[in-house]
Amino acid sequence: MQIGFEMQGRTLVARLKGELDHHSAATVREQLEDIIKRQNVKNLIFDFTELGFMDSSGIGVIIGRYKLIHGMGGEVAVSGANAHIDRILALSGIKKLMNVYKNTNLALKAI
Amino acid sequence: MNNRMKLEFLSKSSNESFARATVAAFVSQLDPTLSDLSDIRTAVSEAVTNAIIHGYGDETGTVVITCEMDAQNQVTIVVEDHGAGIADLALARTPLYTSRPEMERSGMGFTVMETFMDSVDVWSEEGQGTRVTMTKTIAPPEEASISTPDQAAQ
Ligand SMILES: Nc1ncnc2c1ncn2[C@@H]1O[C@H](COP(=O)(O)OP(=O)(O)O)[C@@H](O)[C@H]1O
Ligand SMILES: [Mg+2]
Repeated sequence: MQIGFEMQGRTLVARLKGELDHHSAATVREQLEDIIKRQNVKNLIFDFTELGFMDSSGIGVIIGRYKLIHGMGGEVAVSGANAHIDRILALSGIKKLMNVYKNTNLALKAI
Repeated sequence: MNNRMKLEFLSKSSNESFARATVAAFVSQLDPTLSDLSDIRTAVSEAVTNAIIHGYGDETGTVVITCEMDAQNQVTIVVEDHGAGIADLALARTPLYTSRPEMERSGMGFTVMETFMDSVDVWSEEGQGTRVTMTKTIAPPEEASISTPDQAAQ
């Protein structure tokens, strides 16, 4: 799992590359918590354009960060998910909790 | 195609990707669609993760997967652990129920398995372990459609 971070104003874009499962979730969680603590992050976009696989462990990671960011008055969005990951997002109710965009540019415009 | 394999590994989280990739590679013999293969990969990942974190927890045990395919292209995958077992199966299978919310589990594992596979059967006994049996029938690959010169001209 590789994660690329980029700040766009106060919006953190986290680009996940690889496979998000229970094993890799620990790394993702740690790195996100760390950067959210150090930077002045208000909103968070999970960019899944290069995420090849995700199971329900990913749902836990997204909802965990949603609680934190939402609690501080920010927004969380997901972008670039493939059809399979999109199905898991729908199934778990994530799509009722936050907006899901085709790509990060659209997400950045909307936030 | 009749075929069968068995995979045995330690309950380490680094084996989660190994397990789902291996089952997917085996099932690939049936020429499944990418979507069917994703479904199987995800369901296996859920069952194996459960065996590792809920079945064995802090202990290290053995997870066994058997995968069988029959002449009708039905794939049967069994994921088994000899860990803690499940006291209340109906509760465990309830969407969003998790016994480990502090681990950021979503409680969606069984729901994902049920959605992505044709059937999911769970045997479990406290102190004995858990066996999840999942099936999915892979449709034979569609024959490439060949357009006749007539159709091509239209
Ligand atoms: N192999 C297993 N051994 C023991 N308990 C299990 C096993 N698989 C599932 N469970 C129990 O069923 C619950 C629901 O599982 P699941 O739907 O995958 O959600 P999650 O893994 O997010 O908790 C788990 O929280 C756990 O209590
Ligand atoms: Mg689970």
